[in-house]
Amino acid sequence: MAEKKATREAYGAALAALGEKYDFLVLDADLAAATKTGMFKKKFPERFFDCGIAEGNMMSVAAGIASTGKTVFASSFAMFAAGRAFEQVRNSIGYPHLNVKIGATHAGITVGEDGATHQCNEDLALMRTIPGMTVICPADATEAYAAVEAAINFVGPVYLRFGRFAVPDLSAEMKDYKFEIGKGVTYRDGKDVTIVATGFMVHLAMEAAEMLEKEGISARVIDIHTVKPLAEELLVNAAKETGAIVTAEEHNVIGGLGAAVCECVSAKCPVPVLRVGVEDKFGKSGTVPALLEAYGLTAAHIAEEAKAAVALKK
Amino acid sequence: MDQSRVLELKRTANEVRKGIVEGVYNAACGHPGGSLSIADILTYLYFEEMNIDPKDPKKADRDRFVLSKGHTAPGLYATLALRGFFPVEELKTLRKIDSRLQGHPDMKHIPGVDMSTGSLGLGISAACGMALSAKTYGMNNRVYTILGDGESEEGQVWEAAMFAAHYKLDNLCAILDLNGLQIDGKITDVMNPTPHDEKFRAFGWHVYTIDAHDFNSIELGFREARQVKGKPTLILAKSVKGKGVSYMENSVDWHGKAPKADEYETAMADLEKIAESLK
Repeated sequence: MAEKKATREAYGAALAALGEKYDFLVLDADLAAATKTGMFKKKFPERFFDCGIAEGNMMSVAAGIASTGKTVFASSFAMFAAGRAFEQVRNSIGYPHLNVKIGATHAGITVGEDGATHQCNEDLALMRTIPGMTVICPADATEAYAAVEAAINFVGPVYLRFGRFAVPDLSAEMKDYKFEIGKGVTYRDGKDVTIVATGFMVHLAMEAAEMLEKEGISARVIDIHTVKPLAEELLVNAAKETGAIVTAEEHNVIGGLGAAVCECVSAKCPVPVLRVGVEDKFGKSGTVPALLEAYGLTAAHIAEEAKAAVALKK
Repeated sequence: MDQSRVLELKRTANEVRKGIVEGVYNAACGHPGGSLSIADILTYLYFEEMNIDPKDPKKADRDRFVLSKGHTAPGLYATLALRGFFPVEELKTLRKIDSRLQGHPDMKHIPGVDMSTGSLGLGISAACGMALSAKTYGMNNRVYTILGDGESEEGQVWEAAMFAAHYKLDNLCAILDLNGLQIDGKITDVMNPTPHDEKFRAFGWHVYTIDAHDFNSIELGFREARQVKGKPTLILAKSVKGKGVSYMENSVDWHGKAPKADEYETAMADLEKIAESLK
């Protein structure tokens, strides 16, 4: 079993380690202890600026910093980075295409007990609609670390989505693991159906594929860490070769990865696509396992939908 | 200031006003009132105060300017054109398809525009970011931003005000264009944001009040701002909305409306009369 680690931990570790190699500033909005930017703050206090509980201002401040040619990270919970500060991200960062990296942690329902006001299941949809915004949702700690470095080396606005709770670090066990913005990672080949997952749902997709294998269904598993721009060729090939797709994400089934995959294959290779995610509902309080069960974010549900997708094939 | 220099600046500001009327008239829409109220301050900034170079609009050590009240882009564009950032003739393309002169400032395409603005409250925060970056990286440049008085009703303005004072951004100078009017009427009737001086002081700023149409007063304000250490400065600029065009002065109707042909003629005649008086 792979080691479990939260992607937000990897985010903080990456900032602190890469701060040695690269010149960038980090902003947070009174959540440094939770977003883990505190690890960077401790090491580089002169390059860290707390903006207080004022996320809108933070995003526009980040834009101002980026306009002077400096790379800057701006962090908060996904709810406040993408939600509360949407307009600042769109107008101050997105419209002028400034080099701001938005580090959004505590995305989705795995925030847990804090409940609906803090569980952002809409950020991928919001960020994806901003022209020129790159949207990344790493599957695990190793991928999260690599995504942070890739974002530093990439010129342009990037939204990075991280989670609160610890998930298996599958990428750490992959041979020759390589992260490239806009690509996907094929975890497992298969011919009957493709499970396209993002974030920690990738490891549940792998479990689902094992379940399906026992029932004689060969499932391909693709990790789409970059929700925008989408690895279209990889997905179109999967559609062609397996004839059915199930998407899996910790996000509303409206507007996120599932929607992005539908938009792509409906135009380029129409096949049945079923979407596993939060079914257009608000979250609620509970432990993470209880929430995952309650909202159907489980390997069993993915496997079920995969079978349904196979049945829809002509 | 030397009185011949004052006269020169007055002439330039009058040309800026002509450029505003020209742009808005040709666009058949736009925001003349709040552009005219800041014409003198823009003129002072670009022709006297700021370290900028129209031949090298992106030079790293330049002073930065953010038009937080981005809808008054016609004023900024006219000033930039007269300062040599792009041809004055181009002002006639304002707001037209394929023109780089967007309805609100676009830093990606317009030479001399340091930040894209238009959504109120965002520009002052961006200016804070520029000032913070300059301080962090040991640059000596200064950052200027013009806010609207109506704009100060936006909560983000006060988030930025808190931020600038907290990080002691004494390289930041904000100018609040106190013309007293916003779209729906007098600022004191719509949602009273006054008193700005007491509020900004309470937020930790140095505040200095000027007459926005008197270059000697404007100069005193910017000189004072340069002297202040350890805190940002707010120049509270008492202005007349629509200044220079007889029928637009102090009229809420001319916030976001373009003159028709006869009104255009009257406006240009008003400004021509001022030009004559400055000869």
